[in-house]
Amino acid sequence: MNKNFLNDFPILRTQMNGQPLAYLDNSATTQKPENVVRSICGYYGGCNANPHRGVYELSQKSTKVYEDARRKVAKFINAKSAREIIFTKNATESLNLVAFSYGLTNLQAGDEILITIAEHHSNLVPWQIVARAKGAKLNYIYLTADGNLSEADISAKLTRRTKILAVTQISNVLGLVNDVKTLAAKAHEVGAVVIVDGSQSVPHIPVDVQDFDADFLAFSGHKMLSPMGIGVLYGKQKILDAMPPFLTGGDMIEYVTEQETTFAELPQKFEAGTQNVGGAAGLTAAIDYLQSVGFDEIARVENDLTTFAISELKKIPYVELYGCDAPNKVGIVTFNIRDVHPHDVATILDAQGVAIRAGHHCAQPLMKFLGVNSTCRASFYFYNTRRDVERLIDAIKTVRGVMKLH
Amino acid sequence: MLENIYTELIAEHSQSKENRRQLENATITERGHNPTCGDEITLSLEIADGVIRDAAFTGEGCAISQASTDMMIELLRGKSVDEAKRLAELFIAMIHGEIDDDDELAELDEAAALKNISTMPARVKCATLAWHTLDTAIKHSDGDSLA
Repeated sequence: MNKNFLNDFPILRTQMNGQPLAYLDNSATTQKPENVVRSICGYYGGCNANPHRGVYELSQKSTKVYEDARRKVAKFINAKSAREIIFTKNATESLNLVAFSYGLTNLQAGDEILITIAEHHSNLVPWQIVARAKGAKLNYIYLTADGNLSEADISAKLTRRTKILAVTQISNVLGLVNDVKTLAAKAHEVGAVVIVDGSQSVPHIPVDVQDFDADFLAFSGHKMLSPMGIGVLYGKQKILDAMPPFLTGGDMIEYVTEQETTFAELPQKFEAGTQNVGGAAGLTAAIDYLQSVGFDEIARVENDLTTFAISELKKIPYVELYGCDAPNKVGIVTFNIRDVHPHDVATILDAQGVAIRAGHHCAQPLMKFLGVNSTCRASFYFYNTRRDVERLIDAIKTVRGVMKLH
Repeated sequence: MLENIYTELIAEHSQSKENRRQLENATITERGHNPTCGDEITLSLEIADGVIRDAAFTGEGCAISQASTDMMIELLRGKSVDEAKRLAELFIAMIHGEIDDDDELAELDEAAALKNISTMPARVKCATLAWHTLDTAIKHSDGDSLA
């Protein structure tokens, strides 16, 4: 472990079940560095007031913290304007906002929504509901043997009937990076709107919304060092302007009479009620921290750990790997141990201080497609070390013995 | 910790195939599902004159859920429906840490070996899946007999 990271993430020095913690569940949520924790305390300790409302100085301070965060995020993903950044509670809310505001307004019976079989439930269930409500059809891009999106499916299913293409940039199960730039260009050719789930990409690789030219990008703060409860929806201003509000109430209005309401301009139109300013302060600090580490360094560490983990796991004859042979892979290793259920694996690893995820990873259709009920997943971040991977491998080697399988 | 959970007894029951089948004369079949992990079982009971004559299951899950189901089925055979219902309540109370007196738990027979799961909140649902499914099955069978 790089000494600075160890100092910045004191939780990584704690123990789990009496063993040093090897935290390998970063796709679920990342740990938070000290500067992020301090920024939240600093906000509540010195700037707390309801933003956008008070005329007094403290409220203006709070407003500034919130709007500075918006500008920080806009710059971070290279949005044209801070007005294209809507704060939500997480990527799930961001995707629901697009589905229920854009989808319900613009879809008609017979239209098609195209997603991939590797979507997290948050980029799948809202589309099922919207498709049913509007009489639209939900189609899937399936995967080839290496886990990547089938080009044949993309060609066959992305047609003039497709009004929405919603796709994850990196699968939360397989860790494979989709070429969203090419997908967006193809989708735009047929007139579809493109929604990218960036939950697993924005924390790990540089994302430039103008470069890949998607219409929407959703991501969560808590998967990139920020507190839980702050998320982002980026949308192109022209599209957001034309969309109706999603949640309504305080702070998102212009005028309210007994029977009518006119709505505020972007971004307030989509931010009803008192917002998570402390979370926004944390997100600002998280982006500062990520930029100080740098995406080159993040990629270097994660590639090293991923390659090392896969090569070690391949040496164990009773380990089955999923999506580990494709080159476009980032930081996620999904596997099963023959004859042992992933929950038992996770419990046995937990007893040795190794935290991994076991289950369906909120991707049940993908599990079914892969022909499994559930899997184990180890996911890395820049603060992980080869020692963490060695401990994962050592613990995996004990599993069949604990289960009395010899 | 692990040796108290993954005992020989649990290993044996989780790998046993004996009770893992379709029941030909099932009078009630109930599907149980744990949405957080995707585990599922289908429990079949053959009930006559208020007594569980036979029981079996199919499904997929972790060693704890499979062993728990297997041990439950062995306990159920020959028991009255009312007794089965009471035993399910006792087992669930044990797993939730509400009853830990070994004498009181003795009538759970081998299933009492899962007592340590009460110290592992993440695995409570695995252990109780079959027993909740049993409870639902009995409720449905009551409904059938009333109808």
